[in-house]
Amino acid sequence: MAVSAATELRARRPRRTLLALGLCALLVIVAFLASLAIGPVTIAPGRIVEILAAALRGERASGAALREAVIVLDVRLPRTLLGLLVGGGIALAGAVTQGIFRNPLADPGLIGISNGAALAAAVWIVAGGHLAFYLPPALADAGLPLMAFCGALIATVALYAISTHEGRTSVVTMLFAGIAIAALAAAGTGLTVFVASDQQLRDFTFWSFGSLGGATWQKVAAALPFMLLLAVICTRLARALDAVALGEAEAFHVGIDVQRAKWLAILGIAAGAGASVAVAGVIGFVGLVVPHLIRLMFGPGHRLLLPCAGLLGGALLLGADVVARTIVSPAELPLGVVTAGFGAPFFLWLLLRRRAALMG
Amino acid sequence: MYRALDIGVAVGGRTLLDGAAVDIRPGHVAVLIGPNGAGKSTLFKVLAGERRPQRGQVTLDGADLAGLKPARLARLRAVLPQSVHVAFPFTVEEVAGIGAAPGRDSAARIRRALARVELANLAGHSYDPLSGGEKQRVQLARALVQLEGGEGPGYLLLDEPTASLDLAQQLLVLRLIRDLAGEGVGVLAVLHDLNLAAMVADEIVALKQGRVAAQGTPADVLTDARIAELYGVSVRIGWAPPTPFLLPQAASRA
Repeated sequence: MAVSAATELRARRPRRTLLALGLCALLVIVAFLASLAIGPVTIAPGRIVEILAAALRGERASGAALREAVIVLDVRLPRTLLGLLVGGGIALAGAVTQGIFRNPLADPGLIGISNGAALAAAVWIVAGGHLAFYLPPALADAGLPLMAFCGALIATVALYAISTHEGRTSVVTMLFAGIAIAALAAAGTGLTVFVASDQQLRDFTFWSFGSLGGATWQKVAAALPFMLLLAVICTRLARALDAVALGEAEAFHVGIDVQRAKWLAILGIAAGAGASVAVAGVIGFVGLVVPHLIRLMFGPGHRLLLPCAGLLGGALLLGADVVARTIVSPAELPLGVVTAGFGAPFFLWLLLRRRAALMG
Repeated sequence: MYRALDIGVAVGGRTLLDGAAVDIRPGHVAVLIGPNGAGKSTLFKVLAGERRPQRGQVTLDGADLAGLKPARLARLRAVLPQSVHVAFPFTVEEVAGIGAAPGRDSAARIRRALARVELANLAGHSYDPLSGGEKQRVQLARALVQLEGGEGPGYLLLDEPTASLDLAQQLLVLRLIRDLAGEGVGVLAVLHDLNLAAMVADEIVALKQGRVAAQGTPADVLTDARIAELYGVSVRIGWAPPTPFLLPQAASRA
């Protein structure tokens, strides 16, 4: 009896991994096609595949097909790719934050990391405008995501230093410190906005709620290296995060270099949160809800959680973006309004469920 | 041989360890005893490599512990901490497998280890709702999985392995410790219960005020005079061959 149950468990394991990854990948494909198909002009998925295939072969469309090709390739494709990068990046950054802080409530958007990135980005827009004049163009373009990355890095390091004492992370201290850092960064951003010009002010407004509206190929290219860095870090971090779930001392006992794991995690979190803020503003709840969903469906093991969270985060953000740009068409809702609108009630529901479970 | 020599640790002007020493031999069980605040936990942390002593040295098979990378150290020794809260809803077998070096046979090792602590039937259950005793045995299974995946029989450090166990489970764990020693594992356990210490130990090391106050076989260390000196209580040690025993009912504070 016991043996057959164990054998069954073992047999189920690889199947579960395949099922989880397959399901998440399928959602990404569906969201990708939907994001390219849906808009003021609806384009059939079949046409989209043709247009993408033709573009990959290097063929240029002409005549009537040109209009659709332009919409798909020049308007919707950069936005869709940016959405995948940003959604995947914030979901991964969320999962890593929760893992390293050993807390399912930790999320870069909630504990001040994204605000730190936003402050640094705002400073760059106001001050960097003058600097960019003297910088080589490549560096001037990379300046915004780099600054946001640094802002997120400083906020994360500060948060960790404040909330961790002798290897123990206090949850309450972390949440309060996060609130304080978020408020401080918001105040700093407000101060920066105060001295900003009208044009700069318009650039700021989308940060308060986040948007994929300004998507360009340049932004895709700017975000890509940061998200790749985060993805590479995640492949090195999965086993360490499982072990850190036991506690830092215990992770050391099973052979994890905990200090190194922490620095890698902090670097990855800052890259994901910073770059996504730089190109799309502060988008809440994706980093919180997506890892939670994966844990509910497929368990908390990070070897499966991290890739699934990256995929599902991208798919969900694209879905939210489709809603944001169609629901009040021809106008567009800020993306953060949609993610918070769905995410916050979902999160409250999760808390209530957990409460019921805890009270027996 | 796993050896701590002349260990000194002070925190904030308070001396926790002052020249403490202990040897863990392959195939032997060493037990650390001593009153609260004697430095047992500190010495345990120093042995585990969690804490660097200000004075003295820990060597593992001749190599300085301070020079070993965490991953290498984990292949040579496993550690059972006192109580472990796991942050996310892992299953029992997932927790037991966290220490496993990734490999083809890790599933089989996890199953074997859970069977040894008599938890095979809970393998697929969540860890969080388990009782304290069950959790402790899952953690013990995790240490066994790590040990089996390492090099040679290895060493096992146990911090109060019987603390939240009932009588049957205490006996299960003590027997398991003896079996492991029989397989060549060098074991060090911190124990509060002197009778359990007498049952399982090849050697008892008694700490007091950060120093080794007594050291030897259970019969050598557990004497009326030594217990009085260590704990400030007067007792009459009995004899249940082959080990001494102590009845708390017959003890009084000196």
